[in-house]
Amino acid sequence: MTFIQLTDVDLVYGSGSNAATADTLAVSSASISVEQGEFVSVVGPSGCGKSTLLKLIAGLVRPSRGSVQVDGRNVQAPLKTVGMGFQNATLLPWRNVRDNVMLPLEIVEPYRSRQKQDRDKNIERAETLLTTVGLSGFGGRMPWQLSGGMQQRAQLCRALIHEPSILLLDEPFAALDTFTREELWSVLQELWLFRKCTVILVTHELREAVYLSETVHVMSSRPGRIIKSSSVGLSRPRTLESTFQPDFVELVHDLRHHIGRGKQT
Amino acid sequence: MTRNSIDRLAPWLTGLGFVVVWWLVIVMFGIQRYILPTPWETLNAMYTFRGPLFTNGLATLATTLIGFGIAVVVGMILGIIVGSSRLAYRALYPLLVAFNSVPKAALVPIFVIWFGAGAVPAVVTAFMLSFFPVVANVATAFATIEPELLEVMRSLGASQSDMTIKVGIPRSLPYFFASLKIAITLAFVGSVIAEIVAGNSGIGNVMLVAGSNFNVPLVFAALFVVGAMGVGMYAIFDFVERRMTGWSVRGSNMMQHVGGG
Repeated sequence: MTFIQLTDVDLVYGSGSNAATADTLAVSSASISVEQGEFVSVVGPSGCGKSTLLKLIAGLVRPSRGSVQVDGRNVQAPLKTVGMGFQNATLLPWRNVRDNVMLPLEIVEPYRSRQKQDRDKNIERAETLLTTVGLSGFGGRMPWQLSGGMQQRAQLCRALIHEPSILLLDEPFAALDTFTREELWSVLQELWLFRKCTVILVTHELREAVYLSETVHVMSSRPGRIIKSSSVGLSRPRTLESTFQPDFVELVHDLRHHIGRGKQT
Repeated sequence: MTRNSIDRLAPWLTGLGFVVVWWLVIVMFGIQRYILPTPWETLNAMYTFRGPLFTNGLATLATTLIGFGIAVVVGMILGIIVGSSRLAYRALYPLLVAFNSVPKAALVPIFVIWFGAGAVPAVVTAFMLSFFPVVANVATAFATIEPELLEVMRSLGASQSDMTIKVGIPRSLPYFFASLKIAITLAFVGSVIAEIVAGNSGIGNVMLVAGSNFNVPLVFAALFVVGAMGVGMYAIFDFVERRMTGWSVRGSNMMQHVGGG
Protein backbone atom coordinates (compact mmCIF):
# COMPACT_ATOMS: atom_id res chain seq x y z
CA MET A 1 0.00 0.00 0.00
CA THR A 2 1.41 3.35 -1.01
CA PHE A 3 1.83 5.58 2.01
CA ILE A 4 3.81 8.54 0.72
CA GLN A 5 3.29 9.68 -2.84
CA LEU A 6 5.08 12.56 -4.55
CA THR A 7 3.77 13.21 -8.05
CA ASP A 8 5.63 15.43 -10.49
CA VAL A 9 6.83 17.78 -7.76
CA ASP A 10 8.70 20.99 -8.58
CA LEU A 11 10.05 23.23 -5.90
CA VAL A 12 11.31 26.72 -6.60
CA TYR A 13 13.19 28.58 -3.87
CA GLY A 14 13.26 32.36 -3.79
CA SER A 15 10.42 34.80 -4.25
CA GLY A 16 11.55 35.95 -7.68
CA SER A 17 10.89 39.56 -6.76
CA ASN A 18 14.51 40.59 -7.08
CA ALA A 19 17.21 39.55 -9.46
CA ALA A 20 19.89 38.90 -6.85
CA THR A 21 17.98 35.98 -5.38
CA ALA A 22 17.05 34.53 -8.74
CA ASP A 23 14.73 31.59 -8.38
CA THR A 24 16.45 28.29 -7.92
CA LEU A 25 14.72 25.18 -9.02
CA ALA A 26 15.65 22.78 -6.22
CA VAL A 27 13.55 19.82 -7.25
CA SER A 28 12.14 19.16 -10.67
CA SER A 29 9.37 16.70 -11.61
CA ALA A 30 10.23 14.41 -8.75
CA SER A 31 8.00 11.42 -8.37
CA ILE A 32 8.49 8.90 -5.63
CA SER A 33 6.26 6.47 -3.85
CA VAL A 34 6.94 4.84 -0.54
CA GLU A 35 5.09 1.88 0.93
CA GLN A 36 3.85 1.83 4.48
CA GLY A 37 6.63 0.57 6.71
CA GLU A 38 9.23 0.71 3.97
CA PHE A 39 12.80 1.86 4.51
CA VAL A 40 13.78 4.12 1.62
CA SER A 41 17.01 5.96 0.94
CA VAL A 42 17.56 8.89 -1.35
CA VAL A 43 21.11 9.31 -2.61
CA GLY A 44 22.63 11.81 -4.98
CA PRO A 45 25.37 14.36 -5.46
CA SER A 46 25.53 17.13 -2.89
CA GLY A 47 23.18 20.05 -3.36
CA CYS A 48 20.79 18.00 -5.46
CA GLY A 49 17.71 18.75 -3.41
CA LYS A 50 17.65 15.62 -1.25
CA SER A 51 16.98 17.57 1.92
CA THR A 52 14.29 19.55 0.14
CA LEU A 53 12.54 16.29 -0.58
CA LEU A 54 12.30 15.60 3.17
CA LYS A 55 10.97 19.07 3.87
CA LEU A 56 8.31 18.53 1.22
CA ILE A 57 7.22 15.27 2.82
CA ALA A 58 7.22 16.79 6.30
CA GLY A 59 5.08 19.64 5.01
CA LEU A 60 7.68 22.23 6.00
CA VAL A 61 7.68 23.58 2.44
CA ARG A 62 4.91 23.40 -0.13
CA PRO A 63 5.57 22.21 -3.68
CA SER A 64 5.53 24.83 -6.43
CA ARG A 65 3.93 22.25 -8.71
CA GLY A 66 2.69 18.70 -8.34
CA SER A 67 1.34 17.03 -5.24
CA VAL A 68 2.64 15.51 -2.04
CA GLN A 69 0.35 12.98 -0.43
CA VAL A 70 0.76 11.12 2.82
CA ASP A 71 -1.70 8.41 3.72
CA GLY A 72 -3.97 9.47 0.85
CA ARG A 73 -4.20 13.10 1.94
CA ASN A 74 -2.54 16.14 0.44
CA VAL A 75 0.11 17.61 2.74
CA GLN A 76 -1.00 21.17 3.46
CA ALA A 77 0.77 21.98 6.71
CA PRO A 78 3.58 20.46 8.77
CA LEU A 79 2.66 16.86 9.58
CA LYS A 80 2.56 16.05 13.24
CA THR A 81 3.28 12.38 12.82
CA VAL A 82 6.88 12.61 11.69
CA GLY A 83 10.15 12.35 13.54
CA MET A 84 13.15 14.14 12.10
CA GLY A 85 16.89 13.71 12.48
CA PHE A 86 19.74 15.77 11.10
CA GLN A 87 23.50 15.74 10.72
CA ASN A 88 23.67 18.04 13.75
CA ALA A 89 22.10 16.30 16.68
CA THR A 90 20.38 19.60 17.63
CA LEU A 91 19.83 18.49 21.19
CA LEU A 92 18.84 21.31 23.53
CA PRO A 93 22.03 22.02 25.50
CA TRP A 94 20.19 23.08 28.65
CA ARG A 95 18.31 19.79 29.00
CA ASN A 96 19.76 16.48 29.98
CA VAL A 97 19.54 13.62 27.52
CA ARG A 98 16.34 12.18 28.97
CA ASP A 99 14.52 15.50 28.88
CA ASN A 100 15.74 16.06 25.34
CA VAL A 101 14.32 12.72 24.28
CA MET A 102 11.03 13.56 25.94
CA LEU A 103 10.67 16.91 24.14
CA PRO A 104 8.16 15.66 21.53
CA LEU A 105 5.90 14.40 24.31
CA GLU A 106 5.56 17.99 25.49
CA ILE A 107 4.31 19.08 22.09
CA VAL A 108 2.52 16.27 20.29
CA GLU A 109 -1.00 15.25 21.30
CA PRO A 110 -2.26 13.09 22.94
CA TYR A 111 0.92 12.99 25.06
CA ARG A 112 0.96 16.72 25.60
CA SER A 113 -2.25 16.95 27.60
CA ARG A 114 -1.36 13.84 29.61
CA GLN A 115 2.19 14.95 30.45
CA LYS A 116 1.63 15.32 34.19
CA GLN A 117 -0.25 12.05 34.81
CA ASP A 118 2.07 10.09 32.54
CA ARG A 119 5.33 11.56 33.80
CA ASP A 120 6.64 8.28 35.22
CA LYS A 121 5.46 6.29 32.23
CA ASN A 122 7.14 8.74 29.87
CA ILE A 123 10.42 8.62 31.73
CA GLU A 124 10.32 4.85 31.56
CA ARG A 125 9.54 5.03 27.86
CA ALA A 126 12.50 7.36 27.28
CA GLU A 127 14.82 5.13 29.30
CA THR A 128 13.69 2.04 27.40
CA LEU A 129 14.35 3.76 24.10
CA LEU A 130 17.75 4.97 25.32
CA THR A 131 18.59 1.41 26.29
CA THR A 132 17.72 0.08 22.84
CA VAL A 133 20.22 2.48 21.27
CA GLY A 134 22.89 1.64 23.83
CA LEU A 135 22.58 4.73 25.99
CA SER A 136 21.26 3.19 29.18
CA GLY A 137 22.48 5.15 32.17
CA PHE A 138 23.14 8.29 30.13
CA GLY A 139 19.70 9.85 30.61
CA GLY A 140 20.94 12.24 33.27
CA ARG A 141 23.96 13.42 31.29
CA MET A 142 24.03 16.75 29.50
CA PRO A 143 24.39 16.65 25.69
CA TRP A 144 27.89 18.13 25.69
CA GLN A 145 29.08 15.25 27.82
CA LEU A 146 28.23 12.86 25.00
CA SER A 147 30.33 12.01 21.97
CA GLY A 148 29.00 12.80 18.50
CA GLY A 149 27.82 9.24 17.97
CA MET A 150 26.02 9.18 21.31
CA GLN A 151 24.33 12.47 20.49
CA GLN A 152 23.07 10.95 17.28
CA ARG A 153 21.70 7.96 19.20
CA ALA A 154 19.91 10.35 21.51
CA GLN A 155 18.57 12.24 18.54
CA LEU A 156 17.14 9.02 17.10
CA CYS A 157 15.35 8.45 20.40
CA ARG A 158 13.90 11.95 20.31
CA ALA A 159 12.71 11.37 16.75
CA LEU A 160 10.97 8.13 17.73
CA ILE A 161 9.56 8.67 21.21
CA HIS A 162 6.15 9.90 20.06
CA GLU A 163 5.86 6.85 17.78
CA PRO A 164 5.69 8.74 14.53
CA SER A 165 4.49 6.89 11.45
CA ILE A 166 7.27 8.48 9.38
CA LEU A 167 10.91 8.96 10.29
CA LEU A 168 12.80 11.45 8.12
CA LEU A 169 16.59 11.40 8.43
CA ASP A 170 18.83 13.95 6.73
CA GLU A 171 22.38 12.58 6.60
CA PRO A 172 22.23 11.73 10.28
CA PHE A 173 25.58 9.93 10.37
CA ALA A 174 27.52 12.12 7.95
CA ALA A 175 29.65 13.79 10.62
CA LEU A 176 30.67 10.56 12.36
CA ASP A 177 33.74 8.42 11.89
CA THR A 178 33.36 5.23 9.90
CA PHE A 179 33.27 2.83 12.85
CA THR A 180 30.67 4.79 14.77
CA ARG A 181 28.64 5.20 11.61
CA GLU A 182 28.61 1.48 10.87
CA GLU A 183 27.63 0.77 14.44
CA LEU A 184 24.71 3.15 14.12
CA TRP A 185 23.55 1.49 10.90
CA SER A 186 22.84 -1.61 12.90
CA VAL A 187 21.16 0.43 15.67
CA LEU A 188 18.90 2.08 13.13
CA GLN A 189 18.15 -1.21 11.39
CA GLU A 190 17.16 -2.74 14.69
CA LEU A 191 14.92 0.20 15.56
CA TRP A 192 13.23 -0.09 12.20
CA LEU A 193 12.80 -3.87 12.34
CA PHE A 194 11.25 -3.45 15.75
CA ARG A 195 8.98 -0.49 15.03
CA LYS A 196 8.25 -0.88 11.34
CA CYS A 197 7.66 2.80 10.79
CA THR A 198 8.24 4.28 7.36
CA VAL A 199 11.77 5.67 7.11
CA ILE A 200 13.18 7.99 4.48
CA LEU A 201 16.92 8.42 4.78
CA VAL A 202 18.82 11.02 2.83
CA THR A 203 22.50 10.19 2.52
CA HIS A 204 25.45 10.42 0.22
CA GLU A 205 26.95 7.23 1.56
CA LEU A 206 25.94 4.46 -0.86
CA ARG A 207 26.89 1.57 1.42
CA GLU A 208 24.73 3.08 4.11
CA ALA A 209 21.81 3.35 1.71
CA VAL A 210 22.10 -0.25 0.54
CA TYR A 211 22.70 -1.62 4.03
CA LEU A 212 19.58 -0.03 5.45
CA SER A 213 17.03 0.27 2.66
CA GLU A 214 14.41 -1.70 0.84
CA THR A 215 14.56 0.77 -2.01
CA VAL A 216 17.25 3.27 -2.98
CA HIS A 217 16.32 6.27 -5.12
CA VAL A 218 19.04 8.08 -7.01
CA MET A 219 18.65 11.80 -7.64
CA SER A 220 20.36 13.77 -10.37
CA SER A 221 22.24 16.96 -9.59
CA ARG A 222 20.22 20.12 -9.21
CA PRO A 223 17.46 20.49 -10.15
CA GLY A 224 16.91 17.11 -8.58
CA ARG A 225 14.95 14.40 -10.32
CA ILE A 226 14.72 10.73 -9.47
CA ILE A 227 16.76 9.04 -12.18
CA LYS A 228 16.88 5.51 -10.82
CA SER A 229 15.14 3.42 -8.21
CA SER A 230 16.65 0.09 -7.18
CA SER A 231 15.18 -2.33 -4.76
CA VAL A 232 17.52 -4.09 -2.39
CA GLY A 233 16.54 -7.73 -2.04
CA LEU A 234 19.09 -8.66 0.62
CA SER A 235 17.77 -10.56 3.62
CA ARG A 236 17.40 -9.04 7.10
CA PRO A 237 18.93 -8.43 9.46
CA ARG A 238 21.92 -7.30 7.49
CA THR A 239 25.32 -7.22 9.12
CA LEU A 240 28.62 -5.60 8.33
CA GLU A 241 29.54 -8.95 6.85
CA SER A 242 26.77 -8.49 4.24
CA THR A 243 28.45 -5.34 2.99
CA PHE A 244 31.26 -7.49 1.61
CA GLN A 245 28.98 -9.96 -0.23
CA PRO A 246 29.13 -9.82 -4.03
CA ASP A 247 25.44 -8.86 -4.50
CA PHE A 248 25.85 -5.97 -2.01
CA VAL A 249 28.96 -4.71 -3.72
CA GLU A 250 27.22 -5.12 -7.08
CA LEU A 251 24.32 -2.89 -5.94
CA VAL A 252 26.64 -0.20 -4.59
CA HIS A 253 28.62 -0.27 -7.79
CA ASP A 254 25.50 0.05 -9.90
CA LEU A 255 24.26 3.03 -7.85
CA ARG A 256 27.64 4.72 -8.11
CA HIS A 257 27.37 4.38 -11.87
CA HIS A 258 23.95 6.06 -11.92
CA ILE A 259 25.10 8.93 -9.72
CA GLY A 260 27.98 9.52 -12.10
CA ARG A 261 25.52 9.72 -14.97
CA GLY A 262 23.23 12.02 -13.00
CA LYS A 263 26.07 14.47 -12.54
CA GLN A 264 26.76 14.68 -16.24
CA THR A 265 23.22 15.56 -17.29
CA MET B 1 50.93 30.64 45.95
CA THR B 2 48.48 28.59 43.93
CA ARG B 3 47.05 29.61 40.60
CA ASN B 4 43.60 29.83 42.15
CA SER B 5 44.58 32.33 44.83
CA ILE B 6 46.37 34.51 42.27
CA ASP B 7 43.13 34.45 40.31
CA ARG B 8 41.18 35.56 43.34
CA LEU B 9 43.64 38.27 44.40
CA ALA B 10 44.11 39.72 40.91
CA PRO B 11 41.23 42.26 40.97
CA TRP B 12 42.30 43.53 44.43
CA LEU B 13 45.90 43.88 43.33
CA THR B 14 44.96 45.92 40.24
CA GLY B 15 42.69 48.06 42.45
CA LEU B 16 45.60 48.65 44.83
CA GLY B 17 47.89 49.42 41.91
CA PHE B 18 45.40 51.98 40.65
CA VAL B 19 45.39 53.74 44.04
CA VAL B 20 49.21 53.74 44.17
CA VAL B 21 49.47 55.30 40.68
CA TRP B 22 46.86 57.87 41.64
CA TRP B 23 48.85 58.84 44.71
CA LEU B 24 52.16 58.93 42.85
CA VAL B 25 50.72 61.25 40.18
CA ILE B 26 49.58 63.70 42.86
CA VAL B 27 52.93 63.62 44.67
CA MET B 28 55.03 63.84 41.51
CA PHE B 29 53.15 66.73 39.92
CA GLY B 30 52.20 68.49 43.14
CA ILE B 31 48.50 68.55 42.32
CA GLN B 32 46.24 70.59 44.63
CA ARG B 33 43.51 68.83 46.56
CA TYR B 34 40.74 70.96 44.93
CA ILE B 35 41.90 69.64 41.54
CA LEU B 36 42.53 66.01 42.43
CA PRO B 37 42.29 64.80 46.02
CA THR B 38 44.48 61.98 47.28
CA PRO B 39 42.97 58.56 47.93
CA TRP B 40 43.28 59.25 51.63
CA GLU B 41 41.36 62.53 51.40
CA THR B 42 38.71 60.77 49.35
CA LEU B 43 38.41 58.05 51.96
CA ASN B 44 38.26 60.71 54.64
CA ALA B 45 35.44 62.53 52.82
CA MET B 46 33.61 59.22 52.50
CA TYR B 47 33.81 58.76 56.27
CA THR B 48 32.92 62.37 57.13
CA PHE B 49 29.88 62.40 54.85
CA ARG B 50 28.91 58.77 55.42
CA GLY B 51 25.36 59.71 56.41
CA PRO B 52 24.42 61.73 53.29
CA LEU B 53 26.38 59.36 51.05
CA PHE B 54 24.46 56.39 52.46
CA THR B 55 20.95 57.88 52.11
CA ASN B 56 21.66 59.39 48.70
CA GLY B 57 23.38 56.22 47.61
CA LEU B 58 20.25 54.29 48.52
CA ALA B 59 18.14 56.79 46.56
CA THR B 60 20.35 56.32 43.49
CA LEU B 61 20.27 52.55 43.93
CA ALA B 62 16.47 52.63 44.09
CA THR B 63 15.96 54.76 40.96
CA THR B 64 18.58 52.72 39.13
CA LEU B 65 16.99 49.40 40.03
CA ILE B 66 13.49 50.57 39.11
CA GLY B 67 14.65 51.90 35.73
CA PHE B 68 16.73 48.78 35.20
CA GLY B 69 13.82 46.51 36.14
CA ILE B 70 11.53 48.16 33.61
CA ALA B 71 14.33 47.98 31.03
CA VAL B 72 14.74 44.24 31.62
CA VAL B 73 11.03 43.50 31.15
CA VAL B 74 10.57 45.81 28.16
CA GLY B 75 13.90 44.74 26.67
CA MET B 76 13.09 41.05 26.99
CA ILE B 77 9.67 41.46 25.35
CA LEU B 78 10.98 43.69 22.55
CA GLY B 79 13.93 41.34 22.07
CA ILE B 80 11.64 38.32 21.69
CA ILE B 81 9.44 40.18 19.20
CA VAL B 82 12.33 41.58 17.18
CA GLY B 83 14.22 38.27 17.25
CA SER B 84 11.33 35.99 16.30
CA SER B 85 10.04 37.80 13.27
CA ARG B 86 11.97 39.13 10.34
CA LEU B 87 9.26 41.66 9.67
CA ALA B 88 9.41 43.00 13.23
CA TYR B 89 13.19 43.12 12.99
CA ARG B 90 13.06 45.19 9.81
CA ALA B 91 10.32 47.40 11.15
CA LEU B 92 11.63 48.05 14.66
CA TYR B 93 15.39 47.73 14.67
CA PRO B 94 16.27 51.01 12.88
CA LEU B 95 13.99 52.87 15.25
CA LEU B 96 15.59 51.20 18.28
CA VAL B 97 19.07 52.03 17.05
CA ALA B 98 18.05 55.63 16.42
CA PHE B 99 16.57 55.79 19.90
CA ASN B 100 19.76 54.43 21.39
CA SER B 101 21.94 56.89 19.48
CA VAL B 102 20.23 59.91 20.99
CA PRO B 103 22.40 61.35 23.79
CA LYS B 104 20.34 60.60 26.87
CA ALA B 105 21.81 63.48 28.89
CA ALA B 106 20.21 65.82 26.38
CA LEU B 107 16.84 64.24 27.07
CA VAL B 108 16.90 64.80 30.83
CA PRO B 109 15.64 68.42 30.63
CA ILE B 110 12.73 67.18 28.53
CA PHE B 111 11.93 64.52 31.14
CA VAL B 112 12.02 67.23 33.78
CA ILE B 113 9.48 69.26 31.79
CA TRP B 114 7.29 66.18 31.47
CA PHE B 115 7.67 64.61 34.92
CA GLY B 116 9.05 67.42 37.10
CA ALA B 117 12.37 67.30 38.95
CA GLY B 118 13.08 64.39 41.28
CA ALA B 119 13.21 60.63 41.02
CA VAL B 120 11.09 60.08 37.90
CA PRO B 121 13.52 61.56 35.34
CA ALA B 122 16.29 59.47 36.92
CA VAL B 123 14.23 56.29 36.57
CA VAL B 124 13.35 57.12 32.96
CA THR B 125 16.95 57.94 32.06
CA ALA B 126 18.21 54.75 33.70
CA PHE B 127 15.62 52.84 31.66
CA MET B 128 16.53 54.61 28.43
CA LEU B 129 20.21 53.81 28.78
CA SER B 130 19.86 50.21 29.81
CA PHE B 131 17.11 48.67 27.72
CA PHE B 132 18.94 48.54 24.40
CA PRO B 133 21.62 45.98 25.28
CA VAL B 134 18.88 43.69 26.59
CA VAL B 135 16.87 44.01 23.36
CA ALA B 136 19.91 43.51 21.16
CA ASN B 137 21.16 40.43 23.03
CA VAL B 138 17.81 38.69 23.37
CA ALA B 139 17.00 39.43 19.72
CA THR B 140 20.34 37.96 18.66
CA ALA B 141 19.69 34.81 20.68
CA PHE B 142 16.28 34.35 19.10
CA ALA B 143 17.46 35.15 15.58
CA THR B 144 20.31 32.63 15.72
CA ILE B 145 18.37 29.52 16.73
CA GLU B 146 19.58 26.62 14.57
CA PRO B 147 17.21 26.19 11.61
CA GLU B 148 17.24 22.40 12.08
CA LEU B 149 15.96 22.82 15.60
CA LEU B 150 13.09 24.94 14.34
CA GLU B 151 12.36 22.25 11.77
CA VAL B 152 12.27 19.59 14.45
CA MET B 153 9.84 21.72 16.42
CA ARG B 154 7.66 22.62 13.45
CA SER B 155 7.50 19.04 12.26
CA LEU B 156 6.09 18.14 15.67
CA GLY B 157 3.42 20.77 15.18
CA ALA B 158 4.84 23.17 17.76
CA SER B 159 3.15 26.54 17.97
CA GLN B 160 5.01 29.84 18.05
CA SER B 161 4.59 30.01 21.80
CA ASP B 162 5.94 26.44 22.20
CA MET B 163 9.04 27.47 20.32
CA THR B 164 9.44 30.63 22.39
CA ILE B 165 8.99 28.89 25.74
CA LYS B 166 10.80 25.62 25.09
CA VAL B 167 13.61 26.80 22.83
CA GLY B 168 13.82 30.58 22.47
CA ILE B 169 13.81 31.70 26.09
CA PRO B 170 16.10 29.02 27.54
CA ARG B 171 18.47 29.52 24.64
CA SER B 172 18.50 33.28 25.12
CA LEU B 173 19.30 33.13 28.85
CA PRO B 174 23.10 33.27 28.52
CA TYR B 175 22.76 36.25 26.16
CA PHE B 176 20.18 37.77 28.49
CA PHE B 177 22.38 37.56 31.58
CA ALA B 178 25.37 38.86 29.67
CA SER B 179 23.26 41.86 28.70
CA LEU B 180 22.12 42.41 32.31
CA LYS B 181 25.69 42.96 33.39
CA ILE B 182 26.08 45.68 30.77
CA ALA B 183 22.62 47.11 31.39
CA ILE B 184 23.00 47.49 35.16
CA THR B 185 26.17 49.55 34.81
CA LEU B 186 24.50 51.73 32.16
CA ALA B 187 21.48 52.17 34.42
CA PHE B 188 23.74 53.67 37.08
CA VAL B 189 25.16 56.07 34.51
CA GLY B 190 21.62 57.05 33.50
CA SER B 191 20.28 57.79 36.96
CA VAL B 192 23.42 59.68 38.08
CA ILE B 193 23.30 61.86 34.94
CA ALA B 194 19.66 62.68 35.60
CA GLU B 195 20.40 63.45 39.25
CA ILE B 196 23.22 65.80 38.27
CA VAL B 197 21.04 67.63 35.78
CA ALA B 198 17.80 67.73 37.69
CA GLY B 199 17.85 65.72 40.87
CA ASN B 200 16.96 66.79 44.35
CA SER B 201 18.52 63.71 45.87
CA GLY B 202 20.83 60.88 44.93
CA ILE B 203 24.55 60.53 44.41
CA GLY B 204 24.42 62.77 41.33
CA ASN B 205 22.90 65.50 43.40
CA VAL B 206 25.60 65.08 46.07
CA MET B 207 28.23 65.48 43.36
CA LEU B 208 26.55 68.59 41.98
CA VAL B 209 26.33 70.26 45.38
CA ALA B 210 29.85 69.21 46.43
CA GLY B 211 31.26 70.41 43.11
CA SER B 212 29.72 73.83 43.42
CA ASN B 213 31.24 74.08 46.93
CA PHE B 214 34.64 73.04 45.59
CA ASN B 215 34.47 70.01 47.86
CA VAL B 216 36.31 67.85 45.32
CA PRO B 217 37.13 65.04 47.78
CA LEU B 218 33.39 64.56 48.32
CA VAL B 219 32.81 64.46 44.54
CA PHE B 220 35.36 61.68 44.34
CA ALA B 221 33.88 59.92 47.35
CA ALA B 222 30.49 60.01 45.61
CA LEU B 223 32.01 58.60 42.42
CA PHE B 224 33.46 55.78 44.48
CA VAL B 225 30.10 54.98 45.96
CA VAL B 226 28.55 54.72 42.47
CA GLY B 227 31.44 52.60 41.26
CA ALA B 228 31.17 50.29 44.27
CA MET B 229 27.43 49.87 43.77
CA GLY B 230 28.02 49.11 40.09
CA VAL B 231 30.61 46.45 40.88
CA GLY B 232 28.31 44.99 43.55
CA MET B 233 25.34 44.67 41.20
CA TYR B 234 27.57 43.32 38.47
CA ALA B 235 28.85 40.65 40.84
CA ILE B 236 25.31 39.68 41.79
CA PHE B 237 24.25 39.22 38.16
CA ASP B 238 27.46 37.40 37.41
CA PHE B 239 26.67 34.97 40.21
CA VAL B 240 23.07 34.51 39.06
CA GLU B 241 24.27 33.97 35.51
CA ARG B 242 26.60 31.18 36.58
CA ARG B 243 23.84 29.50 38.54
CA MET B 244 21.21 29.77 35.81
CA THR B 245 23.17 29.04 32.67
CA GLY B 246 25.87 26.63 33.75
CA TRP B 247 25.11 24.58 30.63
CA SER B 248 26.45 27.33 28.42
CA VAL B 249 29.78 27.64 30.23
CA ARG B 250 30.58 23.97 30.06
CA GLY B 251 34.20 24.96 30.31
CA SER B 252 37.00 24.00 32.57
CA ASN B 253 35.76 23.56 36.10
CA MET B 254 32.41 21.88 35.44
CA MET B 255 34.05 19.38 33.14
CA GLN B 256 36.29 18.15 35.95
CA HIS B 257 33.39 17.24 38.19
CA VAL B 258 31.43 15.17 35.73
CA GLY B 259 34.13 13.92 33.44
CA GLY B 260 33.97 13.28 29.72
CA GLY B 261 31.82 10.43 28.50
